[in-house]
Amino acid sequence: MAEKKVPAFQGTKEQEAQLKEVIAKHKDSKGALIPVLHEAQEIYGYLPVEVQTMIAEGLGLSLADVYGVVTFYAQFSLYPKGQYRIAVCLGTACYVKGSGDILDKFKERLGIDVGECTEDGKFSLDATRCIGACGLAPVLTVNDDVYGRLTVDDVDGILEKYGF
Amino acid sequence: MELVRSHVLVCGGTGCTSSGSKQIIEEFETQLKNFDIDKEVKVIQTGCFGFCAMGPIVIVYPEGSFYSMVQKEDVAEIVEQHLLKGKIVTRLLYKETVEEDNVKSLNEIDFYKKQHRVALRNCGVIDPENIDEYIACDGYKALGKALTEMTPQEVIQEVKDSGLRGRGGGGFPTGVKWDFASKSVNDQKYVLCNADEGDPGAFMDRSVLEGDPHSVIEAMAIAGYAIGANQGYIYVRAEYPIAVHRLQVAIDQAREYGILGKNIFETGFDFDLEIRLGAGAFVCGEETALMTSIEGRRGEPRPRPPFPAVKGLWDKPTILNNVETYANIPVILLNGAKEFAKLGTETSKGTKVFALGGKINNTGLVEVPMGTTLREVVYEIGGGIPNGKQFKAAQTGGPSGGCIPADLIDTPIDYDSLIKIGSMMGSGGLIVMDEDTCMVDIAKFFLEFTVDESCGKCVPCRIGTKRLLELLNKITDGTGTLEDIDEMETLCNTIKSSALCGLGQTAPNPVLSTLKYFRDEYVEHVVDKKCRAGVCKALLSYKIDADKCKGCTLCARQCPVGAISGKVKEAHIIDTTKCIKCGVCESTCKFGAISK
Ligand SMILES: Cc1cc2nc3c(=O)[nH]c(=O)nc-3n(C[C@H](O)[C@H](O)[C@H](O)COP(=O)(O)O)c2cc1C
Ligand code: FES
Repeated sequence: MAEKKVPAFQGTKEQEAQLKEVIAKHKDSKGALIPVLHEAQEIYGYLPVEVQTMIAEGLGLSLADVYGVVTFYAQFSLYPKGQYRIAVCLGTACYVKGSGDILDKFKERLGIDVGECTEDGKFSLDATRCIGACGLAPVLTVNDDVYGRLTVDDVDGILEKYGF
Repeated sequence: MELVRSHVLVCGGTGCTSSGSKQIIEEFETQLKNFDIDKEVKVIQTGCFGFCAMGPIVIVYPEGSFYSMVQKEDVAEIVEQHLLKGKIVTRLLYKETVEEDNVKSLNEIDFYKKQHRVALRNCGVIDPENIDEYIACDGYKALGKALTEMTPQEVIQEVKDSGLRGRGGGGFPTGVKWDFASKSVNDQKYVLCNADEGDPGAFMDRSVLEGDPHSVIEAMAIAGYAIGANQGYIYVRAEYPIAVHRLQVAIDQAREYGILGKNIFETGFDFDLEIRLGAGAFVCGEETALMTSIEGRRGEPRPRPPFPAVKGLWDKPTILNNVETYANIPVILLNGAKEFAKLGTETSKGTKVFALGGKINNTGLVEVPMGTTLREVVYEIGGGIPNGKQFKAAQTGGPSGGCIPADLIDTPIDYDSLIKIGSMMGSGGLIVMDEDTCMVDIAKFFLEFTVDESCGKCVPCRIGTKRLLELLNKITDGTGTLEDIDEMETLCNTIKSSALCGLGQTAPNPVLSTLKYFRDEYVEHVVDKKCRAGVCKALLSYKIDADKCKGCTLCARQCPVGAISGKVKEAHIIDTTKCIKCGVCESTCKFGAISK
């Protein structure tokens, strides 16, 4: 896989203070790493190596341990996501109802591939597994908004709504 | 207590929430205030009613009026007409419940008639965020009974006698599992709940957690008592925020009521629960991988034995059960094993919840007695296939399962019948496919999934599934040979017998079962270079019917690669060497002249 460019880390002091709090809260419980990573990702939006280093130090683990876990789980991201995170469901129910074509249309319109972010940082595109709304298949989410019963023709309207 | 004359139940499951049920609840509250009846009418957000295809759903009691596909704009009318003036808004009722001015009850409509709600007994009935409603429906009575009237051994015996088998896919007898763990001697044991729900296309466990979280908490406490454990963990997918929230609310309430914590019901029994979030790895649904993940590491499976009942989480004796398995436990203890075992077949007792999806009219959540036939589920409950298309196959068991073809549609759905025909019960995903679904493409879809999700620890799974996918790609690209098909079969069998964990061992199933029932489609792709469902793009070619083409030039203008040419008012043609098969021309043609 080609190396992706990681933008320079721009964490703030407030974020760091929040992270320290999270680490302190979980430090003494067993199996703390994954809960901490979840909360750290909430704070920063992604888990760059700077954040991983802070977590490793805070929990007394090696950076390799932390990196190993971060890269194992699909939910953890080493790269920042777009301001609007578009995630098209490729679960079975949605796939059978044509979500693959919807994903292709987004790729074409945004000019990016799955897992990438537009240059201006506005949109990122992901393919997710079932989000549990199969009754509305095919579905997609943009941040926390869910759109269901879609067709390829809805793509333009959705992009427009977010100022594409 | 305040006197409430009507209840408005609004579905707050994921499906209905996605289609706006939150706004509907808010609107109800506003409108009830507007008409000044907010004291006499209570709005309750419940879990999933199951009929997701008709969502958002609102039910008004005592009449039991079943309003479907309700929009925010409809709320004022329901409040004014129905709740204020007592006139049911017929226009919004689910059409099947309306019968010459007479409103039929829910249980009489086709979707619900054949269902039996055991695991889902409280879903869509109670407010999942209110422990009192659960208690009012006999909640925590089974736990009380176990702790005060039964020995741990008696609890285990009752579960054994019920014939309950694991609903997470494997179908292992639950009582036997508990028995093993109870016999392991150790100062610390654990009770785990598998709410990872990895099958992409299934949402049974999610609905139980969203609609009735206390039933799982109660059952886990019972399990703790039975095996001698005082700590439990529920491993939930992070993709399920509503479920996680309701579960946390439920745990907090149970603690507040002294149902979790120290000295429960003054019996000296301690038990507590914690939620652990998954992080998007399918393999973590496998029991040993789930445990490594809770321990905070890469969720890789390990060989068994030692079995978790001997050496599980943090090397302590552990049991792991699925959400739906737990949801059955309180019912078994309260009504007795005999009563429970009345439903189902000889070797598969009770009911099973299915997430019905794909090419079917009534998508949603259904719970049927084991042994119900696929035909009953698809045609009677599911209402058949949309747009007059033909039923081609149903897929169960997700990436580990297989397809059931049309000529086996009368197969009873139970653990053993499904295994016999090369599929499996799985955790409950049931995806219906019609003639527009390409079976080779579906096999490829699942293989892409397992290749993506293979943890990489063992070679057969890491490399074997990849090779298998390459062969499938050749076939859908039109470059496959008949030898490739044979080679795929051999490779499947090798992976099956040599992979480390269930993920790899079952990964070839979608390929094997489609090969078994739809081999002719594979051969067609290879020999005739044809995909009859019109899905595999490389095998398609678009053509224009000269008789239907009016020469409007619309397609030529829309074609992104300029592959269509022709004069105005004359039939156009497609240059297949330039065509990229995007299908734009077909969808823009107003005369239906373009087809593949
Ligand atoms: C790759 C893989 C994924 C699995 N995913 C799940 C899952 O998402 N949910 C589940 O309950 N069981 C899953 N299982 C089955 C579990 O390993 C385990 O058998 C089950 O949770 C035990 O509970 P039960 O006996 O109540 O079914 C999976 C198994 C494998 C091999
Ligand atoms: S398959 Fe897309 S929401 Fe379930």
